[in-house]
Amino acid sequence: MSSVRVLVGTRKGAFILTADGQRKEWAVSGPHFGGWEIYHMKGSPVNPQRLYASQSSGWFGQIVHRSDDGGQTWTAVGNEFTYEGIPGTHQWYDGTAHPWEFKRVWHLEPSLTDPDVVYAGVEDAALFRSADGGQTWLELAGLRGHGTGPLWQPGAGGMCLHTILLDPINPKRIFIAISAAGAFRTDDGGQTWRPINHGLNSEYIPDPAADVGHCVHRLAQHPARPNVLFMQKHWDVMRSDDAGDNWYEISGNLPSDFGFVVDVHAHEPNTVYVLPIKSDSEHYPPEGKLRVYRSRTGGNEWEALTKGLPQENCYVNVLRDAMAVDALDPCGIYFGTTGGQVYVSADAGDSWMPIVHDLPAVLSVEVQTWP
Amino acid sequence: MALVRVALPAHLRTLAQVKGDVEIEVAGTVTQRAVLDALEARFPVLRGTIRDHATQERRPFLRFFACREDLSHQPPDAPLPTAVATGAELFMVIGAIAGG
Repeated sequence: MSSVRVLVGTRKGAFILTADGQRKEWAVSGPHFGGWEIYHMKGSPVNPQRLYASQSSGWFGQIVHRSDDGGQTWTAVGNEFTYEGIPGTHQWYDGTAHPWEFKRVWHLEPSLTDPDVVYAGVEDAALFRSADGGQTWLELAGLRGHGTGPLWQPGAGGMCLHTILLDPINPKRIFIAISAAGAFRTDDGGQTWRPINHGLNSEYIPDPAADVGHCVHRLAQHPARPNVLFMQKHWDVMRSDDAGDNWYEISGNLPSDFGFVVDVHAHEPNTVYVLPIKSDSEHYPPEGKLRVYRSRTGGNEWEALTKGLPQENCYVNVLRDAMAVDALDPCGIYFGTTGGQVYVSADAGDSWMPIVHDLPAVLSVEVQTWP
Repeated sequence: MALVRVALPAHLRTLAQVKGDVEIEVAGTVTQRAVLDALEARFPVLRGTIRDHATQERRPFLRFFACREDLSHQPPDAPLPTAVATGAELFMVIGAIAGG
């Protein structure tokens, strides 16, 4: 029987939501790690019972846990993230040079081929890799060291490396994104990197078309077509058809092109989902209506998906790692809100229902599928 | 060898999988550094949660109390009160009342 497992990270713990392929009746497990901020949890595509979880605390710092039984039991693994060499400086809010300081792990991306290999995107922005199931971490220092690092600066949420896309066809290619620096790509397994921000236009920086300095909120790709990338930038929804070498805007008829999440339908590489947010100072949906927007044309033409979502007095946010899709047919779409709701659509976005209403603010949502 | 009693905040007790105070054997002079080194040697999962991995400095929102005194700003190699070294008083790691 098909089933799904939804991994939810919140401000005060982790929750695991499970259902059969109908995705109507849900079991809720948690809180796991109660009281800790769970920035991200994700399972290995190779061994789905292996989960990685990032716990963060203002008091106690960073912890990483691993489960080898699908989240029933957890073991603390390595939490030492040491920048390679002399950390150097990036740009601080006031324009001065500021030393790199590790704060937390925003995103954990398990390898597509090896359950012991996992990547960590951290704040202050850097990419780490573990080849022993999270016990030890080594920085892929070519990213910070390629030359533009001193120009990177923190966004309002910190200078975080929040997106890691492993190319399913070219194992040497990785895409990452940093707020507020932009998108970057390696074609040699992480040794060397370059910015891929040509075509981005950010009016809020001195040179709107600069190589770096763009506040990229999220990247998404379809595994069958990894050279096509979708981006939710601070403002603007963007698309690249050449692995990030060039970008063009696809915001089209969206009510706002500000937002955090973007994702792609599991079976339709040209069907894209975003969730517009009114503005960077308001951080809630336009008109108090929670609407997912779907484009079946790869952008520009968007339709509002509202059935089952609150259409009045809704002022939650949906953060950058809080949308995911399952691999069932019809494709399931999931997102979590800062109001503690996790919504599911079991029909590719046509209709929605809340799985849970009252969790702590949701930071991340991932889905595992058993077809 | 001194037997020092350490009180940990709830989250760190959970991480270390202990209930209540822990007793730590400390060799040599009983200092903050010696106590924390011994604590981390016995519970490696606590490395980085009380002191920064790289600098070994106390994390900003944690404090060290003993004998009704705040010892947080004492040098890490200064001897702790005799009552801590004898196990009569707790060495307390306390989470500051901050944040939410």
